[in-house]
Amino acid sequence: MSRTVHVEHCMGTVFSIDVRDPGDWAGPIGEVVAWLHRVDALFSTFRPDSAISRIGRGELAIADAGPDVAEVFALCDRFEAETGGYFTARWRGTPDPTGLVKGWAVERASELLHRHGSHHHAVNGGGDVRLAGESAPGRPWRVGISDPAAGRRILTVVTGRDIAVATSGTAERGAHVIDPRTATPALDLAAVTVTGPSLTRADAYATAAVAMGHRVTEWGRTLPGHEVFVVDGTGARWLTSR
Amino acid sequence: MKRVLFAFAGTVTGLVLLLSFKTHPTTTAAATPPAAVSGSGTASGTSSATSSGTVDGDAADTRFGPVQVRITVENGKLTSVTAVEYPTGNPRDQEINSYAVPVLDQEAAQAGTADIDTVSGATYTSDGYVRSLQSALDKAGLS
Repeated sequence: MSRTVHVEHCMGTVFSIDVRDPGDWAGPIGEVVAWLHRVDALFSTFRPDSAISRIGRGELAIADAGPDVAEVFALCDRFEAETGGYFTARWRGTPDPTGLVKGWAVERASELLHRHGSHHHAVNGGGDVRLAGESAPGRPWRVGISDPAAGRRILTVVTGRDIAVATSGTAERGAHVIDPRTATPALDLAAVTVTGPSLTRADAYATAAVAMGHRVTEWGRTLPGHEVFVVDGTGARWLTSR
Repeated sequence: MKRVLFAFAGTVTGLVLLLSFKTHPTTTAAATPPAAVSGSGTASGTSSATSSGTVDGDAADTRFGPVQVRITVENGKLTSVTAVEYPTGNPRDQEINSYAVPVLDQEAAQAGTADIDTVSGATYTSDGYVRSLQSALDKAGLS
């Protein structure tokens, strides 16, 4: 099996790019790395000079911030509607699309590799994963879902081809998801994993699910093409629409 | 629609039990010098991998002491995960290790359960990555 692996620190986390097609991938991987840093420069809420910070201060309009920013906010609006408002990039009026920017950036990185001829790769952005093709000929990708109470422990494994797997939770960064309906930190669920065809949507859904708390049980069974894995105080379980 | 298969990997839970102690970023860095690690560490880098070999992860500082894992890859498959460094400070630690370490070896050898390519979990920080299973999986490709 051929592997070309690159590890890049960006957006306060680590991106792992793992190309399984044979060949020299240094050039395309370099483009992916440049893309990731460009996304950080646009969307970082920690950088005062980022487009998102300037939008937040009222110095820049979304419409004037370029096509990537416009695309991200359009996606945010769509997923806000799809999640009944549990995903929102405009909580209390401050634009903050952080809940899906990483998944979106990884998805676009995967598309970039695909345009360069890579049909088999994994791009992992701090725990949100886009998998193209297979890990080896005839062998689907295997994704371990980590235990939110113990990061190196694997609770379950997702196996598939051309899938996206996103996880949100309070394990690594504390209670950073707010239930927009009650304006309180969402604490019911330790972690939620969503699988589906799009990492952008899976990432937004996972964030929304953490905000929903126990109400995720009903919602998680209504999503065609998606599977939801929930870890809470009582254990871990799949919510499936099948 | 793409077909997705799910499998609960109960045995994996046992095999990485030793590594499952929640680590605290504040207790690492200065206290424990990094254990010797082959390859290029966690810095950014690109290389092509061989499909077989042995790679050591970074030492993770647990509340019981430093723990370091070694993974073995044969023909592109993860065939074993072993602890190469683990706490032996007091009788309680030894009790934990005498239970956990053999299980780690035994269960990991069952290819097909531990055999994962990547890890999904709540977003880790750059610091947290160093101690993550993903870090060890990446190093198998960077060596």
